[in-house]
Amino acid sequence: MSEGRAMKYVDEFRDGERARVLTRAITAIVGEIALAKRRPIQIMEVCGGHTHTIFRYGIEGLLPKELELVHGPGCPVCVLPMGRVDDCIAIAERPEVIFTTFGDAMRVPGSKRSLLGAKAMGADVRMVYSPMDALALAKKNPGRHVVFFGIGFETTMPSTALTILAAKADGVENFSVFSNHITIVPTIKAILDSPDLHLDGFLGPGHVSMVIGTAPLQFIARHYRRPVVVSGFEPVDVLQSLWMVLKQIKEGRAEVENQYARVAPEGGNGPALQAVAEVYELRASFEWRGLGSIDHSGVRVREAYARYDAERRFDLPSAQIADPADCQCGEVLKGVIKPRQCKVFGTTCTPETPLGALMVSSEGACAAYYQYGGVKRHLEVV
Amino acid sequence: MSRPRTLGRIFVDEVTLAHGGGGKAMKDLIDDVFVRAFDNPTLAPLEDQARLWISELSARGDRLAFTTDSFVVDPLFFPGGDIGKLAVCGTVNDLAVGGAVPLFLSCAVIIEEGVSLEILRRVASSMADTARAAGVQIVTGDTKVVNKGACDKLFLTTTGIGVIREGRQLSLAAARPGDVVLVNGLLGDHGAAILAARGDLALDAPIESDCAALHGLIEALLAAAPGTRCLRDATRGGVATVLNEIAEASAVGIEIDDARVPLRPEVRGFCEILGLDPLYLANEGKLVAVVPAAEASAALAAMRAHPLGREAVSIGEVHREEEGCVIMRTTMGGTRVVDMLVGEQLPRIC
Repeated sequence: MSEGRAMKYVDEFRDGERARVLTRAITAIVGEIALAKRRPIQIMEVCGGHTHTIFRYGIEGLLPKELELVHGPGCPVCVLPMGRVDDCIAIAERPEVIFTTFGDAMRVPGSKRSLLGAKAMGADVRMVYSPMDALALAKKNPGRHVVFFGIGFETTMPSTALTILAAKADGVENFSVFSNHITIVPTIKAILDSPDLHLDGFLGPGHVSMVIGTAPLQFIARHYRRPVVVSGFEPVDVLQSLWMVLKQIKEGRAEVENQYARVAPEGGNGPALQAVAEVYELRASFEWRGLGSIDHSGVRVREAYARYDAERRFDLPSAQIADPADCQCGEVLKGVIKPRQCKVFGTTCTPETPLGALMVSSEGACAAYYQYGGVKRHLEVV
Repeated sequence: MSRPRTLGRIFVDEVTLAHGGGGKAMKDLIDDVFVRAFDNPTLAPLEDQARLWISELSARGDRLAFTTDSFVVDPLFFPGGDIGKLAVCGTVNDLAVGGAVPLFLSCAVIIEEGVSLEILRRVASSMADTARAAGVQIVTGDTKVVNKGACDKLFLTTTGIGVIREGRQLSLAAARPGDVVLVNGLLGDHGAAILAARGDLALDAPIESDCAALHGLIEALLAAAPGTRCLRDATRGGVATVLNEIAEASAVGIEIDDARVPLRPEVRGFCEILGLDPLYLANEGKLVAVVPAAEASAALAAMRAHPLGREAVSIGEVHREEEGCVIMRTTMGGTRVVDMLVGEQLPRIC
């Protein structure tokens, strides 16, 4: 975009000249990696935010064909199972409830409808930008019960934890959180344990690392011997991080490096982690759309804060609804196939009528392929 | 012309269902609020229809342009405009992008009971001022009052008639490979201003709607670039949607350059924070013009000489390849497809 003045921390990370230098360096280093002569090197970007950047700036088109990006499970909206969406709707349909949610969770399909659909049928569903806005709404509407749809990885977990702590401190009784928070580490582990996997390295989750630090990612390097570079979200960040992963591969190293040190400190954010530990505890398991049930991958509100837990407050259907049979989200998530190779991509599964998780949000790999790769465009991206 | 009659007056503070009942209260409301504000001889007799002289119309061109649009914006008043100004400009622009000179508007008003007379007067006076400045007359109308909750405060529908001069043939299907794509200024102001004005973002953005009637600018553009292929005001769905409509109707590809898309720094920052794409934000005073390359510099110069086109720029070109597609060349040197949105743009979580 043309600009009247530079936007700090944005423009320098979208600089075309820097990008050209990096893409040349990436092409050069891929040429020096022996593995790349046998099969494409596969690097997974864990975060939906990375996926969005890759598509928005057309980064795949700048990379040599011996390098493949695999779009990971890090889109919390995408991996939300249908049964949980149905629970949201059951809560939202209660006459006393004002149901508040982040914007892009509105369109996630449940078994019958999305929150957007429930709103159209009369449920009081409102979009907010922060759980604190939801708490303010509760204070303004003492006769109603305000539920906040807590969704996201460790990135958003501290803000809902702090909101619950604020509700308790302010003595607000008509506020609760429906926690669908998930944690990325067990999921990366599940992906690494799957037998049909070829991943050679990872772009680590920048926003999650801002909270948890880089230490929790060490197992990927130590146990699974795969390089990880925690990456920022601007296009130059992504290119630099890819180069750093490739450099590790070339040199036979497997370490956790931090490209995003300007935001993500090695040790994470202490107060944020403390708030999370105070309010939340790990669930035995949590279901992910496209990946199935993963042990210790979700958190719920602790007993001590039960009055702020929508799951305890309301009687919920909590049905387990299987992913549609034709849906190949799991294979796409593991990099076994590309979105376009899925049986239902662009036919029965589109952003208007998403069957699978990855078509739901603009951060999902399939929706990004559809929107930015364009089904109309007959260039073979596969 | 009928003899001048005394206009009714209204002395209450709020509209009630009685004002939609068809009796004296309704007549007084229409007289006092709308007839007084719109004040023109075609409206004054208050027949059930406005009567327009065919001879006057045919003197200006050989085809009528006829369009209608409804306005349901929330909030009713926002930085840079209000629902009344929007309702006049929107319909004037829908006529003007067809190459028509806008002449007459109708105005239908649906009012939720309980709306204050003060709001109604402000909206009517804004419509009247905007129409006067645009040189169009509001010549007929209708008023309904509905139960609380049956509409949101105030809905307006304006229908417009204009005349297209002989020989003008603007069409969405007329873009040809080699043509240049122009916009008349900074994009996304209206969409960002409305989102900020709703107040639920806790973001104070000093952004004003670009709401404006574009027919003057369009006349200047067409005089300088008579070969102009097509014009479209980039309202709901933004420039991205208009470009897709042109690419599809003309069976051409359009490539735009990210670095040339003009944005106010405030709008850019607003979109960065909320995870919105400014190409899909609504505009109410911006148009997309596709002109032959040979006329592009004349077209740009003419727009830049007009107060509503000072920041006009070329943002891309029309190609033979990638028929029906809009491609953006990114600042990174990559490309991506700029598709139509499925629904409304929803902010991303992270």
